[in-house]
Amino acid sequence: MTQMTFARAINSGLRKSLENDPKVILMGEDIGTLGGVFRVTDGLQKDFGTHRVVDTPLAESAIMGTAVGLAYRGYRPVVEIQFDGFIYPAFDQIVSQVAKLHYRTQGAVKMPITIRVPFGGGIGSPEHHSESPEAYFTHTSGLRVVSVSNPQDAYTVIQQAILSDDPVLYFEPKRRYHDKGEVDEGIDPGAALPMDSARVVTAGTDVTLVAYGPLVKTAKDAATAAADEGISIEVIDLRSLAPVDYATVEASVRKTGRLVVTHEAGQSGGLGAEVAASITERCFYHLEAAPVRITGFDIPYPYSKLEMHHLPGLDRILDGVDRALGRPNSLSGLEG
Amino acid sequence: MSTDRNLIQLITPAGERISHPEFDPWVKDIGDEQLCSLYEDLTVIRRIDVEATALQRQGELGLWPPLLGQEAAQVGSGRALREDDFVFSSYRENGVAYCRGVDLTDITRVWRGTASSGWDPYTVNMATPQIIIGAQTLHATGYAMGIQNDGADSVAVTYFGDGATSEGDVNEAMVFAASFQAPVVFFCSNNHWAISEPVRLQSHIQIADRATGFGIPSLRVDGNDVLAVMAATRVALDRARHGGGPTFIEAVTYRMGPHTTADDPTRYRDANELEDWAAKDPIQRVKALLERKGLLTDQVRQHVHDKAEAVARDIRSGCIGMPDPEPMDIFKHVYSGPNSWLDRQQDHYARYLDSFGDPAGATSEEGAR
Repeated sequence: MTQMTFARAINSGLRKSLENDPKVILMGEDIGTLGGVFRVTDGLQKDFGTHRVVDTPLAESAIMGTAVGLAYRGYRPVVEIQFDGFIYPAFDQIVSQVAKLHYRTQGAVKMPITIRVPFGGGIGSPEHHSESPEAYFTHTSGLRVVSVSNPQDAYTVIQQAILSDDPVLYFEPKRRYHDKGEVDEGIDPGAALPMDSARVVTAGTDVTLVAYGPLVKTAKDAATAAADEGISIEVIDLRSLAPVDYATVEASVRKTGRLVVTHEAGQSGGLGAEVAASITERCFYHLEAAPVRITGFDIPYPYSKLEMHHLPGLDRILDGVDRALGRPNSLSGLEG
Repeated sequence: MSTDRNLIQLITPAGERISHPEFDPWVKDIGDEQLCSLYEDLTVIRRIDVEATALQRQGELGLWPPLLGQEAAQVGSGRALREDDFVFSSYRENGVAYCRGVDLTDITRVWRGTASSGWDPYTVNMATPQIIIGAQTLHATGYAMGIQNDGADSVAVTYFGDGATSEGDVNEAMVFAASFQAPVVFFCSNNHWAISEPVRLQSHIQIADRATGFGIPSLRVDGNDVLAVMAATRVALDRARHGGGPTFIEAVTYRMGPHTTADDPTRYRDANELEDWAAKDPIQRVKALLERKGLLTDQVRQHVHDKAEAVARDIRSGCIGMPDPEPMDIFKHVYSGPNSWLDRQQDHYARYLDSFGDPAGATSEEGAR
């Protein structure tokens, strides 16, 4: 086990993948000599060369579209989108090409492309640098979408994503890049927990609290705080956003009878709505209360002095837990 | 402003073979027999197009994008390719597909609606045709970067229309191709119309001159001259194979028919324009050349006619005889492995279908309830 930051864990996972398979090729803006704006690819071009770690011109659709061509040729491209808000120029190539070519060609053409997206807020950036666009992609068939919440998962899941024959969007919570944790670099990604499985992070009995990416840490902190008040929260890290591992969430809700889902993305049409609806369909008679969503607001990502109002924090999550439990909360007295 | 570049031409519209010191050497192997063979290809491809258009009119195809008038651009380039080159085309390159050896039934598969891709791209080294305008130019460039990494000398070739040159993807593809000196050939069939929009709406300079701004050498060729197209394509392929990077070819041609069978060009196009281009017909000029050379014997005529009719019969019977896919096929190949969301939906839909008992009833819109 080694102590390392989240960013270093991804770097180490990428290094392993580059070592293990000569068909793995990294592409993106500034990922070579600079090592990426977050230094996630630091040192990789130096060690693997400019043909394996490619500094590309500044054109997101081209980065994605040429990755499609490389995949046609048998490569496994790993592309970096520099910031979440820059993914939109590549949207067409992702949803119309990357997602659909396997289906379109009846399985003849594989698209094992990994799309790394530093996402989410909390770092005081200007606009277009703090967005949570995951729902656009969870809605698109043919894509797998994951988000990691700790260095060990960051290390393992990036390798699983690269090994996957399906395209994978790998959402990296950028405000956690500097968090440290233990990483077992000897772990076999094939034998580790599959990337499409959720994980119970903290066991509990009163409320199921579902989170992913940057909010897993916040959810854990909320569970710790709630425990002081005698409330037992079971925290689930979804890990996979498409598909969601509903079996794990369902088992938890059958036990607790209450569901709170939290994410940074806006509420309407977000993943929280999907989780709430699916769990309601699957275990309606086990629910003691309506599922609660604690999310970002349906607004453009706000300027940084106000972002902490937009992002679900520990207190807003606990307020949501109170709603699920029927305890006094900020909406007490409101109907509907 | 750019200069008005003359077209590279080796056969005049009247069927006269004219010399071109720079490009003649590239087609010096095209003797009488090869010329007859090209004439056969052009004729067969037009016949395929006519038959497929008829099939659409008869309700056998949902839609068809005719290539009438563009046969020489497709045959000249398609026949210049090596087997290990890889094509990324738009939806109109059915003539190129024929040259690549795509099965005749497979050519109509997508338009009949029984599959999203008519063929396995790796069996003919031609990607499934692209409907999003210009998206395939990036795929070709990426594929070419892969060729480069592999140290191979094959070439990626991408086909697109004049309208596509307005798309961001085509411009980004040229940036990448030039930056990495990728072995890719950009083949623009300037057929003068992007549905109802004339080429002057896409570009105020000659399309071939756009490439120059990206640092990509370009050729402007008479797209209705099969020999000139072949020569230009061979020049571009040769450059790519020998590390010279990308080349842009503008094949100046004309779409004689509608954009697709859903389109009505009489609403936006002057009949005189059509007449002018009919005089430059790509098949007539080869025919005239063969006649001048005394090569168009009754035997050749008969052979080409029989081949075209046989192909038409095959494409018709293949199209009409194509079995409908099974309902549960819609779930296949979305992912390469299990996906819990989709597996559940598939399971539920199978149960729903099973609830009818009679498989025929399950697909009827009325159902059996």
